[in-house]
Amino acid sequence: MIAVHNLTKTYTGNTVLNIDHLEIPKGNSFGLVGNNGAGKTTLFSALLDLIKPTSGHIENNGIKVNESEEWKSVTAAFIDETFLIGYLTAEEYFYFIGELRGQNKADVDALLSNFEDFFHGEILGQKKYLRDLSKGNQKKVGIIASFIGNPEVIILDEPFANLDPTTQIRLKKIIKELSANPEITVLVSSHDLMHVTEVCDRIVVLDKGEVVKDIATSEETLRELEAHFNK
Amino acid sequence: MFKHFITLQWKSFWRSASMTSGLFMKLFMGFWAVWLIIMMVSGGAGAFFYIKKELSLDPLQVVNRFLIYWMIADLIFRYALQKMPVINIKPLLLLPFKKKKIVSFAFGKTVLSFFNIVHAFFFIPFSILLVAEGNHPLGNVILWNIGLIAIIYSSNFLNILLNKKDNLIFLVGGIVAILIGLQYFGYFDITVYTAPFFQGLYDSWIIVLIPVVVLIILLALSFRSFVFDLYLDAGLASKSKDIKTENLDWLNRFGKTATFLKNDIKLIKRNKRARSTVLVSVLFLFYGLLFFTGSVEQYDGPVFRIFAAIFVTGGFLLSFGQFVPSWDSSYYPLMMSQNIKYKEYLSSKWWLMVIATLISTVLASGYLYYGWEVYLAIIVGAIYNIGVNSHVVLWAGAYVKTPIDLTSNKKAFGDRQAFNTKTLLLSLPKMVLPMILYAIGHYAYSPYAGYALVTIAGIAGFAFKDKVFDKIESIYRSEKYKTIVAYKQKN
Repeated sequence: MIAVHNLTKTYTGNTVLNIDHLEIPKGNSFGLVGNNGAGKTTLFSALLDLIKPTSGHIENNGIKVNESEEWKSVTAAFIDETFLIGYLTAEEYFYFIGELRGQNKADVDALLSNFEDFFHGEILGQKKYLRDLSKGNQKKVGIIASFIGNPEVIILDEPFANLDPTTQIRLKKIIKELSANPEITVLVSSHDLMHVTEVCDRIVVLDKGEVVKDIATSEETLRELEAHFNK
Repeated sequence: MFKHFITLQWKSFWRSASMTSGLFMKLFMGFWAVWLIIMMVSGGAGAFFYIKKELSLDPLQVVNRFLIYWMIADLIFRYALQKMPVINIKPLLLLPFKKKKIVSFAFGKTVLSFFNIVHAFFFIPFSILLVAEGNHPLGNVILWNIGLIAIIYSSNFLNILLNKKDNLIFLVGGIVAILIGLQYFGYFDITVYTAPFFQGLYDSWIIVLIPVVVLIILLALSFRSFVFDLYLDAGLASKSKDIKTENLDWLNRFGKTATFLKNDIKLIKRNKRARSTVLVSVLFLFYGLLFFTGSVEQYDGPVFRIFAAIFVTGGFLLSFGQFVPSWDSSYYPLMMSQNIKYKEYLSSKWWLMVIATLISTVLASGYLYYGWEVYLAIIVGAIYNIGVNSHVVLWAGAYVKTPIDLTSNKKAFGDRQAFNTKTLLLSLPKMVLPMILYAIGHYAYSPYAGYALVTIAGIAGFAFKDKVFDKIESIYRSEKYKTIVAYKQKN
């Protein structure tokens, strides 16, 4: 589904990303871990064509992301709060994204009804704009919005950060259900090794922009990762 | 302690995104500042000689009569344009500064503001001439100046207090408009009552004490209110009101564009920064009065009719269009990762501007009072605005990479007021072409030929709409990465 070829990104002589080759097959649930500055967000941004690679390219669904925009209709992401429109209410935001992705209100409502648990009564029907919600609630909105319009690739940057424990557990369940669908490829980055080993069947460790580990998740994975980061 | 603040301020100024990119803008602003100063200085000297030689009146008395309007205009300009002292407060709260220090620094900045200094360029030459040519005693002229300085700074701090209140400007503006109207038609002349006061500043130090005391009170009040509000849940908090989800489905008749149109209408309704573009268009509706009443001599030339007409109908167009796509800067990455048709996105903004221009044109029918030729000029201006300027403005906007913080007006020390001098200045080039076209027609043949030329240009502009949209789209595409980076920078 996603293929990274000779990708590098350099900022004034400082290489922040350098990936020779990385292939993420369809249906994979892919976890990205690494310390601050390892290049996780940079990789995701490059995947979404929000930054321009210094060299190399990324293909999504066989389409080079910087040459055509066809991939956008099958790809959804929540990276940070710049993916939210602060002056809309949660409903208005969901419908807006729905309209952009060819879904009418009924479609969006049907999707949202699956996540009432996850929203915990704090999102829908609130008389607040998104900018006035707490960080955690904003994140809930952004994550669920990325599910609208049956995307085949879902990219979530640090989805667990800022969420309360209950919501983290619910989110893990949601991601597992998504990745059970062979049509959907989920890409998740996290600082929390436990979460990521729980929801992903493949984990890649980035260090200073390079892939240093590429593991299929097993019983041993968590310990292996902890050993790696405890050096 | 102040040293730290000053270095912080210095760095935030020089390292801001707009600073590093806008050298041309800086030069442009510098040019206009110098121009304004020269105008003020020559205005000060010119007023003196004009009143003395041409009207054979005492310049001091005449100026005193009109000072009330000067001061009110000053207050309105401040409210609209003067930025509140911007300082990054939150990180400082926990540091071992006294809160009073933080506020005094912020206030100190406003004291040096251009809006306070600029008056000096008028009154200093005027005062020198009063003493040198008008045989007024130096002591009294100095007293008069002290009084004026106190009034100007009172209005500085009054503005700081008033800025927290929304909509007050409408009240003040309304009262002023009524006063001017009453004076114009000769029913009531407020200057009769205020002139003795300003004259008193010259005559007696006791009267001077009044503005000085007012200044001290206002300073203390605004100081206290700012110190008091330096809490995260008070002055620094963003208020959140209960709001309703809006249903704008009736707009769906606009087809695909409706998705964006619905969003843009919410953008304008729910963000003060965007709302003030509506205010600008209302203010510009009245701008024509300066031209069509013949009250400003330099504006009497026929060419200025077109200039006025463009402003009267184009206030919204110019101030809103200038910042497309910056209005969407806070969620630009979202827009860029969705499969957006740029044409639909652009035409939503375009429709908004067209609708606003049409509404302004209807509202401007009040100018029929000055004759139907005046209104004809306004209609011609509207056609040109819709046909040509709407595209040109969007085109220019594509290069503007200033992120807009839609919510900034909610911070106690944020830049509260929305439309800035930059916006207004950038719009000037769009005036020149129609004026030239009109002048060609007017002087070569007749006024109607001039109007016809401008109208033809406006209608011809429609033909280029798709071309320009394609061009803008390609700018959006080629500048995409740079724009995303620029929008990430927040001041």
